[in-house]
Amino acid sequence: MATESSGGIDALSQFQLHPALGAVGASVNFTQSNLFMIIAGVLILALLWLGMRPRAMVPGRLQSAAEMSYETVMSMCIDTIGPEGKAYFPFVFTLFFFILFGNLLGVFPLFFTFTSHIAVTLALTAFVVGLVTYVGLRIHGLHFFSYFVPQGVPMALMPLLVPIEILSYVSRLISLSVRLFANMMAGHVMLEVFGAFVVMLGGAGIIFLLPAGFSLAVNVALIGFELLVATLQAYVFAVLTCIYLHDAVHLH
Amino acid sequence: MDLASAKAIGAGIAVIALSGVGVGIGYIFAALVSSVARNPAARERVFGLAILGFALTEAVALYALVIAFIILFV
Repeated sequence: MATESSGGIDALSQFQLHPALGAVGASVNFTQSNLFMIIAGVLILALLWLGMRPRAMVPGRLQSAAEMSYETVMSMCIDTIGPEGKAYFPFVFTLFFFILFGNLLGVFPLFFTFTSHIAVTLALTAFVVGLVTYVGLRIHGLHFFSYFVPQGVPMALMPLLVPIEILSYVSRLISLSVRLFANMMAGHVMLEVFGAFVVMLGGAGIIFLLPAGFSLAVNVALIGFELLVATLQAYVFAVLTCIYLHDAVHLH
Repeated sequence: MDLASAKAIGAGIAVIALSGVGVGIGYIFAALVSSVARNPAARERVFGLAILGFALTEAVALYALVIAFIILFV
């Protein structure tokens, strides 16, 4: 993490891990990333538990939020995977809300975005790809490997197409994890860079106050954009998981 | 050429990839506009697909951006 390059803007130190919860956390390598994962989990459970406690016929605000989140993910599962999608609903729901809350928590100042670490997103993706492969093997047995053999293609092209199919299957690991990580990291680096512009221009003299104000306005707009990206990327991750599960369940 | 200026040029070259992404996003929304104009009833369904396509295309831009950041900051 070189601070001296690029005019002293230290954009990447916000992603460094520090031990959380004092000496106890330091001794077990409990970082702020883990702390925010736990906070996200607690918030999801609180939303669902507190939301569903009244069990009113006409739902209040919190109950509507809980019911809507359930119905959105359920319809996403059934629309994408088919009727079998119900079985995978708990997995997709957990994944979607873990990533969504992780992304949204990161938008708050001084909060840490655990999805901006490739270690976290790659672990999530490895779990998804492993589960998809397991589901495919479980349902279809060894017939699952016909997934890599495209239908209606001349035999002569097979030596070319089968490696491409296998490569595209394996590269899901990279595309899914880097997409989420890159979105979150790039967004927070942009916020940091424009925040640094505000400080640098604001301290540079009276004629720089206008560009400093412009940078501040850009930063405000970027926060709004980050909210959109946070929701969208969680949605995209969940939808792509559903599409992969559909491929494993139906084989094309 | 010293290292800092080489880094700045490299980061600039890395984000040339954004031109392709710009064309791609333009195509997505052009297709969205024309399909909604032809069949306004399909708006909800098509809009969701367009947003999904937008997110997937935008991710390609961010790959290039991450490369540029890596060149500049790491």
